[in-house]
This record gives sequence, structure tokens and C-alpha cells, in this order.
Amino acid sequence: MELHSAGENALILYLGSETSPAVSARVQAAAEAIEQALGDKLLDLVPSYASLLIIYDAYSTDHLAVAQTVRNCTASLTLQDSNEGNIVVLPVYYHPEAGEDLEALAAGANLSVDEVIKLHSGCEYRVYAIGFAPGFAYLGEVDQRIAAPRLSTPRQRVPRGAVAIADRQTAVYPAVSPGGWNLIGRCPLRMFNPQAEPTMPVAVGDRVRFEPIDRDRFLTLGGEL
Amino acid sequence: MLQPGILALLQDAGRVGYHRVGLTNGGPMDPQAFNLCNRLLQNPPGTTALEVSFGGLQLAAEVDTFICLTGAAMNLRINGQSRPRWEVLPVQAGDTIAVEFAEHGCRAYLGVADGFKVTPSFGSSATVIRENIGGLHGGKLASGDVLPCTRTLERARLYLPEERQPRYHDIVTLRVIPGYQQSQFSRYQQRRFFSHAFTVSERCDRMGYRLEGPPIDCSVQGILSEGICFGAIQVPADGQPIVLLNDRQTIGGYPKIGSALSLDCASLAQLRPGGTVHFTPITPHAAHNALHLADSYYRRQPLLERKP
Repeated sequence: MELHSAGENALILYLGSETSPAVSARVQAAAEAIEQALGDKLLDLVPSYASLLIIYDAYSTDHLAVAQTVRNCTASLTLQDSNEGNIVVLPVYYHPEAGEDLEALAAGANLSVDEVIKLHSGCEYRVYAIGFAPGFAYLGEVDQRIAAPRLSTPRQRVPRGAVAIADRQTAVYPAVSPGGWNLIGRCPLRMFNPQAEPTMPVAVGDRVRFEPIDRDRFLTLGGEL
Repeated sequence: MLQPGILALLQDAGRVGYHRVGLTNGGPMDPQAFNLCNRLLQNPPGTTALEVSFGGLQLAAEVDTFICLTGAAMNLRINGQSRPRWEVLPVQAGDTIAVEFAEHGCRAYLGVADGFKVTPSFGSSATVIRENIGGLHGGKLASGDVLPCTRTLERARLYLPEERQPRYHDIVTLRVIPGYQQSQFSRYQQRRFFSHAFTVSERCDRMGYRLEGPPIDCSVQGILSEGICFGAIQVPADGQPIVLLNDRQTIGGYPKIGSALSLDCASLAQLRPGGTVHFTPITPHAAHNALHLADSYYRRQPLLERKP
């Protein structure tokens, strides 16, 4: 564990140096403990792959007091404390008409389209971080066989709900945005809805499974092509 | 809104506590000028005002109320007549309010008695264009928009005496709290960073100010994505630092040499392309003290009252 200064009202806690479910679970456990210990002195927390950014109210506490609290929290950290995370199933319509890069990705990987779908929907992913855009969840890790580098020229417009792969990460685009990930399908659910409670179906630490659905089901669930 | 100018946005104090769903802060780029605007108008702190970047704004008043313009030196005209800034002024329904292009500085705040009435999203009215959140419709204001405010007949005509009004310069020194990946920058590179002048590039906006100067090398090109706090100074592979501000992404994978003090970021946000930036290191302890001193200073600024 390492604790560094980040800014005038922020410290960053490193709980490992690699992407792994174990490190992510430690980040999650630390986030819960620190949130509890700091109470309303805490302004915000940004959990990510192996780190936790802690932003505090510099008018009611200071870096020394927060550092002490963080050290106390992490010293007594046990993984049993951590919430296991919910399991969230996201339906996906995998098809070239919904995922423009599906066929190219399959060809590049020397696999059939069906095999790509099977590999992508055949395992459980962990939500490692949320960022880039509201509701954008970084999920990992995809099977090495279907890991694909980012496009050399990002698209100007990726549709909402696009399910995509970049290296060993996968994600569902929460809104129309530019993007350089490989599109393999589309999810009809809203990943970020300011009017809904909760606004996102997933949180950092949750586990996600993708379930293949057909065109009709996709449209019935509100998907748009 | 008759004419929004280059960029006009509704802002309150900013959105706090939603980084975990990926929402950034937004809020005024120069909180000192924004806070004084509300103090002069006797509004509660953080009341929604208009942030005018570069200028060129024109409004038509539809109610009788009071306004106040603070921040960058943009000439204020009511019905064509030049009026003082940093002062509460009455306007009547039918009046035309013009905020001309800035002579110095970049961001001004036009406030109104009791603020603009906007339904908050995620606890704040702050507009973040990239997230399509806040303000009237999540974007920059356009001609024809109606900014809701209430009729106000009484308000003390407070003003900030001229000698206390901030001056905006073309050279800003950013105090930097070393941190994050600081140890990945060699001593020589840190010396380079803290001893050279940098120029504000054309790529400067509410997300961040990209600077140009001698390239700063980091021993790592990328890091595992991690949380980015306000003022963080990220150094991508080309070695040109970017100071990340109100509308920054909440996580990212470039190494960071430290973070600039928010008080100085407010001055940075008043710079336009071509402005000059210097960096100087300070300890977290000195940063903490600077924040408290500034807070005390701004809260105690004596405001005077103009008697008719």
C-alpha cells in the first residue's frame, strides 16, 4: 500500500499495481472503510483499477488527519469486509448490424462470429472503474483470444448502447460519443439515466455477465438500430 | 437571451459527490469572481449565475431586478450606456444588457438578485457540455433562451471599491503540490518544469489548459487509469503539460507531476491563448494554509453601499 499526495484536498491510495480481481476487491473494501471513517469530511471518492482517489473538505480537516484515518482504515482492512458486489446481467444483440466491427474482429482473431459471441458472453466481468463519460464502466477482462487493439482512427459517433472491446477491456457506451473501441453488439438497457434511481445498473466492484439476445428481443427491450 | 457571445453557461458552485458515476464538477472557472458576484447581490453562496467566456453577450430584461457583473474586464452597457462592474445595478423590464468582449481576462460572472432559477441535476445547476448536464438544457446558452429569474424591487446597491477589484494579468504563477507520479519525473525534469515559462495553447477550455514549452519527460508513458483531482497537471508523451480544470474527465491514464492550487487555477482560467504560466512547488501544508487565508480574505472583503 502506498499513500501519495494528489492535490490541495486530495490523497491517492495505491493498493496494487496490476489489474486483478483481488486488487480491485481491496480498492472496494478500502473505499467502504474510508467513506465510513471520514463521514461528511469526505467530498468524493474515485475508485479505479488499483487506486482510490480521496477528495476531502480542506476547510474541515487537513491532509495529515486524512492520511492518519486512511492508514488506520487500511491497517485493519480485511477482504471479508468488502461487499462482494452485485451480479448484473446485460442483454446484448450481437450482430454485424449492431456491431460494425464484429466480423473484422472475428476474422482478425481467426474465429467465427459465433465463437467470438460465445467467448464474450461466456464469462463474468468485474467493474474496475467508471469514468471517461457519465456511466462508462470499464469491465475486465475479456478472453485473450478476442482482445483487440483500439481502432487506429476513432469513430466520430458511437451509438448509445454499443458493446465494445479494447485490449482486454469491454464496455457498454452509455451515450452517443466519439470512441475508438471495437463494436461487437448493442445493449438495449440504459447504462446511465439521470432520471432513474439508481442512475446506473452497475457500480465499481459489481460483476457483469452478457446474455446474447436476438433482434426481436432487442427491439422489445427498447433497443434502437 | 438576444446574443450568447462566444460561450455563456449557467453555473452554480459545481457538482460534488458524483465522481463514482463518472460525473465531473463543472462550476465557475473563477470561483473568486463568482463568489463576489453573489456576495454583492446578497445571494446565498453558490447561487446560479451566468459565466461569460470572452464576452459578446446581450440580454433583454423581462422583469425589474438587480444585476451585477464581476470577473474579466468586459465593458457593461445597459441600454447602450456604460455602467460600472463589481456593483449592484437596477434593471427594468425592457432594458438591454450588453457584456462586451474582454479587454483583460477571460471569464466574467453576470448575476441577478436571487439567481437564475434552474432545476438542479445531481444536486447542481452547473452546466457541463461534454456530459450534456445542467443549465437549461445541458448545453451552452443560445439566443432565444429564457433565463428564469424573479422580480425584485429592493436590494442594497453594494459595490466593491476599485482598489479591491482583482486585476487580471497575462502572466500567472501556479503553485504546485507535488504528488501523484512526481517520483517518475527525474530531478532534472522537475527542475525544467519549475524553471521554464510555458505558454497557453489554443487548446484551452473548461476541461483543461494545454500549455506549450520545453518538453518534460516522464519515465513512464502511461499508467493504470486512476482518479484525477481538480488542478492535476498531466504530462502526456509529447511532454506538454495539461492543467485539468472544472470539466476534466474523472479518471485517466497519463502520468501527473502534481496538482495546481485551486486559487491559482482561477487566475489561469482568466488567461487566453498566448498567456504565460510559471510553476512553483509548495508543500501540502503551505497549500492548506493558503486556502484558509484566501477564504478568510474573500469573506471579509468590505463591500460599500452606493446611496442614491
